Amino acid sequence: MTPTPPAIQTRHLQMQYGATRVLDDVTVTIGRGEVVALLGPNGAGKTTTIEILEGFRVPSGGEVTVLGETPHTAGEHWRARVGVVLQSWRDHGKWRVGEFLDYLGMYYADYATPDVQRPWPTTDLIERVGLGGKTLRRLDRLSGGERRRLDVAVGLLGRPEVLFLDEPTAGFDPQARRDFHELVRSLSDLDTTILLTTHDLTEAELLANRLLVLAGGSIVADGSPDDLRHRMSATASVRYRRDGQLHTESTEDPVSHLREAFAEPGVIQDLEVRRASLEEAYLTLVHQVETGADTDPASFGILPDELPDEREGA
Amino acid sequence: MPTVVRAGLRRARIELRQQIMTPMALFVLLGPAVMLAVLYWLRDSPLMESALSVGQFLVPAYLAFGIISGGVLGVSGEITTERDDGTLLRAKTVPHAMTGHLFAKFFVSIVTTLLPMTVIIVGASFLVDGVTPTTTWGWIRLLLLSVLTIAAMLPLGAVLGSIFKGPIALLWTTMVIYGLCAVSGLFYPITALPVWLQWIAQVFPVYWLGLGFRSVILPAEAVVLEIGESWRTWETFGMLGLWVVIGLVLAPIALRRMSRRQSGSALASARERVLTRGY
Repeated sequence: MTPTPPAIQTRHLQMQYGATRVLDDVTVTIGRGEVVALLGPNGAGKTTTIEILEGFRVPSGGEVTVLGETPHTAGEHWRARVGVVLQSWRDHGKWRVGEFLDYLGMYYADYATPDVQRPWPTTDLIERVGLGGKTLRRLDRLSGGERRRLDVAVGLLGRPEVLFLDEPTAGFDPQARRDFHELVRSLSDLDTTILLTTHDLTEAELLANRLLVLAGGSIVADGSPDDLRHRMSATASVRYRRDGQLHTESTEDPVSHLREAFAEPGVIQDLEVRRASLEEAYLTLVHQVETGADTDPASFGILPDELPDEREGA
Repeated sequence: MPTVVRAGLRRARIELRQQIMTPMALFVLLGPAVMLAVLYWLRDSPLMESALSVGQFLVPAYLAFGIISGGVLGVSGEITTERDDGTLLRAKTVPHAMTGHLFAKFFVSIVTTLLPMTVIIVGASFLVDGVTPTTTWGWIRLLLLSVLTIAAMLPLGAVLGSIFKGPIALLWTTMVIYGLCAVSGLFYPITALPVWLQWIAQVFPVYWLGLGFRSVILPAEAVVLEIGESWRTWETFGMLGLWVVIGLVLAPIALRRMSRRQSGSALASARERVLTRGY
């Protein structure tokens, strides 16, 4: 039996528009069933990367496979296994939610297997994405959040093995954002690999169990939110009062620092030790890359062979 | 029936219902209504020194114009819109949906082009004398000609729609088409134009479209207004057939080229353009 190929695999992926190099060397493997967030500042190449993976763009160099096939040359059979949710859709405004899903679902009927019913029945799907009762609503009468839910429903119609979400909550108000996060989290039982792009770290941490940070054209950090927090935040700030006088210190070794502090005479009060937050670590990292500092992932203490997410098969 | 055909038909049915069941549908009939009024008004004005009335001469012109505007302008306009709002990209993300989409578009365009034509020919037959075929063979020829000209126009519409970007480009397309109509002797006899202009007109399908409809609809003596005083039936079918082939070769290339360039970021920049510039 041949081993199942990983959901997504790229090696030395490059993308160049004219003289501008957007992607320099993106090498990453994503296993089946992972929920991964691709993070990075605006213009880092997140959308370019995801469009190459969706098969809408031909990379200038390197290798890329999604479900074992090269996206931009893969056929309709491959297309049926991949779900795509973009941020700018405002199509089919005159159509009604139910008829729209019914119509697009027809194309997936040929891909049903004895185990997997395709398409996903419209009524169930509408409930699932939280659009219950809106079956007859026209698409152009949906709110921004409802519209994105519908886009997710279309992405899920064929019960895809991989689902791409590009900036899924861009332009949402906080409530819509929270609702949408719940929807995405509720998808974890589907056994679908999800890759989402965002520039919002909180969102990435909330939804994904693995973060990829894209900056300066390559992946500069890769790991779970906790990994990143611990390994990237090398320094901690220590703050206390001794005999009423405030001391603050930034140190890489807070334990030794405190040991010394306690050894000295005086009463220590209001002790506070704080690790740099994930956000601070992320911003520092991106800043370093953008100002031309060392971009080798190893320098941030994240070595590829330490990655927890090379899951076998899963 | 293959899935793509069934899905395409479902799409065509939904789109036709959307187009017909709206107040906007009345505007579609507004054009033919105005045309019929003009025909009635000019039914007795003699056309130059011929035995024809201006109203009579205008009936085939309106039919040809209906096919040109429905086929070329309609399809190219829709493709431009669908490219910018994500309809085409949506079709790309679903297996075989692009094929189903084009199938539906073809089907819908035929119906929406033939509908106003039917209104004109039926209306004109009551208002103006000598503007309908007099024999069964004449009616068959009218039908064949309609199908052939629609088949020539739709792919050209798809080509123009996928080459040009944005609604301003659509304006250019419209002006080019109207310009061609003006030099092709659609609304007045081409023999009244300078000879060099007649040669230019004969390269493009618009002239042959008009000639075809005149040959089928007008009485035989109207032939004196044509180049060489001949209906040139074979040349007409040959030239229109040639344009069908040209369209069918170019359309898939243009559509594929355009659809390859479709992506989320292309869509986002189109949206950006609409938001900032308003078109």
